[in-house]
Amino acid sequence: MAAAMPVALVVLLLLWPGGPVLAEAPRDSLREELVITPLPSGDVAATFQFRTRWDSELQREGVSHYRLFPKALGQLISKYSLRELHLSFTQGFWRTRYWGPPFLQAPSGAELWVWFQETVTDVDKSWKELSNILSGIFCASLNFIDSTNTVTPTASFKPLGLANDTDHYFLRYAVLPREVVCTENLTPWKKLLPCSSKAGLSVLLKADRLFHTSYHSQAVHIRPVCRNARCTSISWELRQTLSVVFDAFITGQGKKDWSLFRMFSRTLTEPCPLASESRVYVDITNYSQDNETLEVNPPPTTTYQDVILGTRRTYAVYDLLDTAMINNSRNLNLQLKWKKPPENGYIHYQPAQDRLQPHLLEMLIQLPANSVTKVSIQFERALLKWTEYTPDPNHGFYVSPSVLSALVPSVVAAKPVNWEESPLFNTLFPVSDGSSYFVRLYTEPLLVNLPTPDFSMPYNVICLTCTVVAVCYGSFYNLLTRTFHIEEPSTGGLAKRLANLIRRTRGVPPL
Amino acid sequence: MAAAGAAATDVEVVRGKRAALFFAAVAIVLGLPLWWKTTETYRAPLPYSQISGLNALQLRLMVPVTVVFTRESVPLDDQEKLPFTVVHEREIPLKYKMKIKCRFQKAYQRALDHEEEALSSGIVQEAEAMLAEPQEQAEGSLTVYVISEHSSLLPQDMMSYIGPKRTAVVRGIMHREAFNIIGRRIIQVAQAMSLTEDVLAAALADHLPEDKWSSDKRRPLKSSLGYEITFSLLNPDPKSHDVHWDIEGAVRRYVQPFLNALSVAGNFSVDSQILYYAMLGVNPRFDPASSSYYLDMHSLPHVINPVESRLGSSAASLYPVLNFLLYVPELAHSPLYIQDKDGAPVTTNAFHSPRWGGIMVYNVDSKAYNGSELPVRVEVDMVQVMEVFLAQLRLLFGISQPHVPPKCLLSGPKSEGLMTWELDQLLWARSVENLATATTTLTSLAQLLGKISNIVIKDDVASEVYRAVAAVQKAAEELASGHLASAFVASQEAVTSSERAFFDPSLLHLLYFPDDQKFAIYIPLFLPMAVPILLSLVKIFLETRKSWKKPEKID
Repeated sequence: MAAAMPVALVVLLLLWPGGPVLAEAPRDSLREELVITPLPSGDVAATFQFRTRWDSELQREGVSHYRLFPKALGQLISKYSLRELHLSFTQGFWRTRYWGPPFLQAPSGAELWVWFQETVTDVDKSWKELSNILSGIFCASLNFIDSTNTVTPTASFKPLGLANDTDHYFLRYAVLPREVVCTENLTPWKKLLPCSSKAGLSVLLKADRLFHTSYHSQAVHIRPVCRNARCTSISWELRQTLSVVFDAFITGQGKKDWSLFRMFSRTLTEPCPLASESRVYVDITNYSQDNETLEVNPPPTTTYQDVILGTRRTYAVYDLLDTAMINNSRNLNLQLKWKKPPENGYIHYQPAQDRLQPHLLEMLIQLPANSVTKVSIQFERALLKWTEYTPDPNHGFYVSPSVLSALVPSVVAAKPVNWEESPLFNTLFPVSDGSSYFVRLYTEPLLVNLPTPDFSMPYNVICLTCTVVAVCYGSFYNLLTRTFHIEEPSTGGLAKRLANLIRRTRGVPPL
Repeated sequence: MAAAGAAATDVEVVRGKRAALFFAAVAIVLGLPLWWKTTETYRAPLPYSQISGLNALQLRLMVPVTVVFTRESVPLDDQEKLPFTVVHEREIPLKYKMKIKCRFQKAYQRALDHEEEALSSGIVQEAEAMLAEPQEQAEGSLTVYVISEHSSLLPQDMMSYIGPKRTAVVRGIMHREAFNIIGRRIIQVAQAMSLTEDVLAAALADHLPEDKWSSDKRRPLKSSLGYEITFSLLNPDPKSHDVHWDIEGAVRRYVQPFLNALSVAGNFSVDSQILYYAMLGVNPRFDPASSSYYLDMHSLPHVINPVESRLGSSAASLYPVLNFLLYVPELAHSPLYIQDKDGAPVTTNAFHSPRWGGIMVYNVDSKAYNGSELPVRVEVDMVQVMEVFLAQLRLLFGISQPHVPPKCLLSGPKSEGLMTWELDQLLWARSVENLATATTTLTSLAQLLGKISNIVIKDDVASEVYRAVAAVQKAAEELASGHLASAFVASQEAVTSSERAFFDPSLLHLLYFPDDQKFAIYIPLFLPMAVPILLSLVKIFLETRKSWKKPEKID
């Protein structure tokens, strides 16, 4: 930075003081939440959600003032007329068979889907520019999103927020399965948080622990929501979510016990003064009746029961804003110890165009109970153009994971929830009634080995062709320009003398 | 038999020679042009001579000055000579390849009735208000009114007055050399209001060699089509301070009028944000005498860097960003003061960094801590803050204190905080800067294209270059004829077109196609083809020379 210098103010500007400043209620609010779920396999899942709500019509042009909402994202919304933006970076794969259903799954690599406003005229151009800017903000290779890996789904990926009509023309979806998620993606994500990583739950976000996990998924969701119960005006909601699965056996030396310090190598020391709600939920389902099986320390003051993902669950709730919670011991280190080991159809197919767009196959299926449905697709391996190969072509080429969005009937009927009051992890996906819940699952990305050519081939071909041409040309030239005449045999000549020498030794008459 | 054989051989030899010559002819006449044409890189013609001509461009900056004489300002026989025009021209000495000449064209004329009436009033502001209404002056022009020597319009000891718009008043004189004396005074006033070395040197700071002008003078913000202004409130200690600022009102009341006045010079967008837990990069020192903390001057450059990473990139636009930070120090480090070179606290408690923005430290009133529990609610006094930020904004744009000639009265600032002639001064400076930038860009592009013959020059790049050259010439013409507004627009177009041509990605396509690869591909074909042709040509040449020499020997 250039040299800075103090300003001696000689210029007197004619400023007149403004009227009395009215103290108004803050128009933005922050809620933060951490859910810790011991998984059936013994691993521990931790899901952070930071939700910044801003009561502002961002689309209106003019001067914009940001308080809790990050300026970088706010400018994107107004510049590119976004309606919804969902971006996730994931390392690893959520093993549903061992870990149970996730609150929020994301495909391996980077996933970006965006709904634009109806006012956008050139959606593809905005999409391209937006992905470039996001790639700058999050230090990711989102700039590789182009028409070859972008699709416009027509049935899935409906808007999660307020939407009047859903013309899928304004939706773009892309996945980069190759993207590797690392610290440089986490740092800008943390910078978007109002309390940065200095206070509140975000203290726990220490990069070297978060990436030492079996599953790491960080996401940014922006959507418009109702400002009040009658929905007369809209607010913008930014949810930053981060899910990690810790391998409890490795960090806990073979025990399933965990504590905040053991997982994150940090403890909670102070609440974020900007948050209006700051809570930690610990899943203690099935074990709360008899305190024989597990013990949570410190003992929870309140518990929360609800039907989550089709089953009834019980959570121990710790409210960080409760002054007694942290003041007693200067810091909060949650611990959990196990005492006893516990026990119609619709098909939309859009064929690919070479180098322009990928295949898209969407099916709406109603599955009968206790049945297996297999969807298989045959494909042919083909050679690409030689400039289209990646630097390590033998690694193979990724095929984006397939997506399963389902409304699963709930085992227990849930009571209708109040959208604003209920915890955040339960309200991301809108649910029409309590009898079913919404799940979106991703399969693993497919790694396909394509035939790889010999890359020095073009040069070899050039050399070979040139040699053939040169040989043909040479003999042709010789034939045309040489003069043939009969030459008298003459003695002499090195070759002849040599030949005679050899003939003499062999005893044959010389030439 | 032998003769027939020899004759047959001769025929063979001649045929062979012809065949070889024919091969060579086909290769040269057909092969070479075909190869040349198919491997040629497309290079559209560029106006190289015009571009090199731009370097020797003579800039004449013409300032049209209308001088209006009232009835008793000069002797009567002098008044008879009106109206006429005087031109005052002067070269501005700058170490720059472009010669810049400043030309004041003074059109002397007699006052009209309503002007007489206005200037006979007692108060200068009133006279100004009456004069300003009938005519709107063009950008860059000035009007100077010469009033009588004993007029009470100005205080007795003042000789001249510079108004907030494009007008000035000069006291006349009853003297034989009246026009000469008044003419000199008018030039003084007109220079203060339009073009001085300082203004142009600051505008050309990037293009001048490092010397006394550039090193210690401020470097104003680079000329651009637009600017983003971001006000950030840094609150490193939200546990102790609950800081509120009425930035919306302040922007509406103080910043927006200033930017509206400046809107000719570019587009402006204003944002604000609040950043929590944003620390400065330097630990302030404690001063036990006043029990306060201080930052000394040489540590100020280190303050900005750690903060900057939190400011957030302006992702949504390409314009340069000006940052204004209001820092409320944490409770443990307050009050915090900035010290200057001599160790005295800076009165405004603020500093600025050229081309980046400004930082102001805002200390919370110590009375606020008494009796109230943390966090303390802090209402920022926006008048105090905006006064500093607007002054910094003026400095960042290179609007400096005018060099007022002696015995001259300067009017108070307008409500926007910017005088009209200051804006003109900015436009002059920006036009010259734009022209210098565009010329440099075009020259380096022409040099680069001349040096590297591999670069493809597409038609659209060429047309941008032509447009830029034309715009530079047009801007220079408009400057010479005193049309500032159109000159500024043309100079902006010149910069935009020249940069678009310079940064066009198509220039890079074949840049890294190295020669050794080219030869590696050509040699397997060309060598076996060329060697026999060349050898037989040499042979034919030697034989014909021999046969030419033979007859001479016989003779």
